[in-house]
Amino acid sequence: MENLRQKDEQIILQEQDILSAPLQRRSFLRYAGAGAAGIALLAAGCKKDGMMIDDSAGVNLGSGDVGILNYAYALEQLEAAFYIKVASSFYSGITEAERSLLSDIRDHEIAHREFFKNALGSNAIPGLEVDFSMINFSSRDSVLATAKAFEDLGVSAYNGAGVLIKDANYLTLAGKIVSVEARHAALIRDLISNGTFANAEVIDNNGLDKSRLPMEVLGIAAPFIKTKINANDLPKS
Amino acid sequence: MNILNILEEIEKTDAEVYERISPRRKAMAQFYGFGKKVALASIPLALGTMFKKAYAQTASTEVEAVLQFALTLEYLEAEFYTKGVAATGLVPAGAALGAITTIRDHENQHVAFLKTALMSLGKTPVSKPTFDFSAGNGSNTGPFANVFSNYDTFLAVAQTFEDTGVRAYKGQAPALIGSGGVLTAALNIHSVEARHAAHIRQMRKARGANVKPWITGQDTGIGAIVQASYAGEELESQAGIKITGINGQMISVAAATEAFDEPLTKAQILAIVDPFIV
Repeated sequence: MENLRQKDEQIILQEQDILSAPLQRRSFLRYAGAGAAGIALLAAGCKKDGMMIDDSAGVNLGSGDVGILNYAYALEQLEAAFYIKVASSFYSGITEAERSLLSDIRDHEIAHREFFKNALGSNAIPGLEVDFSMINFSSRDSVLATAKAFEDLGVSAYNGAGVLIKDANYLTLAGKIVSVEARHAALIRDLISNGTFANAEVIDNNGLDKSRLPMEVLGIAAPFIKTKINANDLPKS
Repeated sequence: MNILNILEEIEKTDAEVYERISPRRKAMAQFYGFGKKVALASIPLALGTMFKKAYAQTASTEVEAVLQFALTLEYLEAEFYTKGVAATGLVPAGAALGAITTIRDHENQHVAFLKTALMSLGKTPVSKPTFDFSAGNGSNTGPFANVFSNYDTFLAVAQTFEDTGVRAYKGQAPALIGSGGVLTAALNIHSVEARHAAHIRQMRKARGANVKPWITGQDTGIGAIVQASYAGEELESQAGIKITGINGQMISVAAATEAFDEPLTKAQILAIVDPFIV
């Protein structure tokens, strides 16, 4: 099992490399006719390892903007479920201020989740089953470390998804949400260690936050989501 | 091999090639030399020329306008924090000065990054305007005349700049659809400004201001003088969906407005920053 997971991660990493290579380089390869060879290589790599991934399995997020909205809906489901659990029985020693802030964040994430559910209507993926077995909800350290990971991941996910969205209204909606996630991230980071709201862990030398493509984000979130998610039809560029 | 053959070859590996070529702005995404120049020379000359002709002017003009606008706002923030850090006795040493210095550095990095981006597109970055941080249009006796001698005024202006900056980038995102890396970079700056805003708001809260890291309703936590920077944040519905009490959930009006930050148009932003620009 452990082995399988490592292989999974390797493949995600490989895909990441290909997906995150600068656009112009990818285009150049494509136009130079090398794209097909690259894809064939990747496929060969999978076969050699005996990894026959069943691409059709799992909850399919869909394609186009609907796929991206479902992708966001999946992440918001994860965040909302986490904060609902946090707020249902706060860690010991919590201050009044922390209780209030974490309750606010829970409400924001529920609002995001329900918004996507309604906006997607019949296109919405079902509710996902989460796995929080590795989180110690009675420990401040464990809760805040997880919150930080989720919030930073959420920010990078929305930042990376922007370029995949075609409709201007959806892009604006993603923008309306991502800055709130960034506010959450900053606050949680400051609760862990004041002054780390935008440190070098997340912000590069150009003063830019991170952005991640869906495959990478879902790979990072996977240990927390029991339901298998199929993101194969999401836009790639 | 003539151009049609090339396109046919491409189509075999990239079924969407014609769609990529057709909508101008989308095609720009594939060919933007952002940060690193596209090695156009490596692409068969005919192809390169074709794409240049088809897509170069329109998209880049719109993208340039966004980048120049963003650069102007970043100049404003960068100089503001640079002066704030330099003002003796303004920002308390320790955590506060550390945070303001971090933010100052980011704003300076944004200025440098946007200048580089513009130059890589063959554009000349706009020059830094002369600023009046009292919001006095050059009189230096505006409503924030004590901005570099009174710490609370300084933080109030900082909060307004950050929250306004978030709204400015958000408002410009749709104009960057199809610009590929430019849009991603703008989003990557946008979320940094939101992180700054959250921290500044916590700094103000620690000094007694009635604010949270997020924006509740259209509350400024400062006063009517900066109301324009918060107007519209009180929206309770998104895309026609009412968020308050959505699907029977206990979502209060406050939470519904906090959960979504709202954009402002370029014209609205320019009106807001006008008193700060001489």
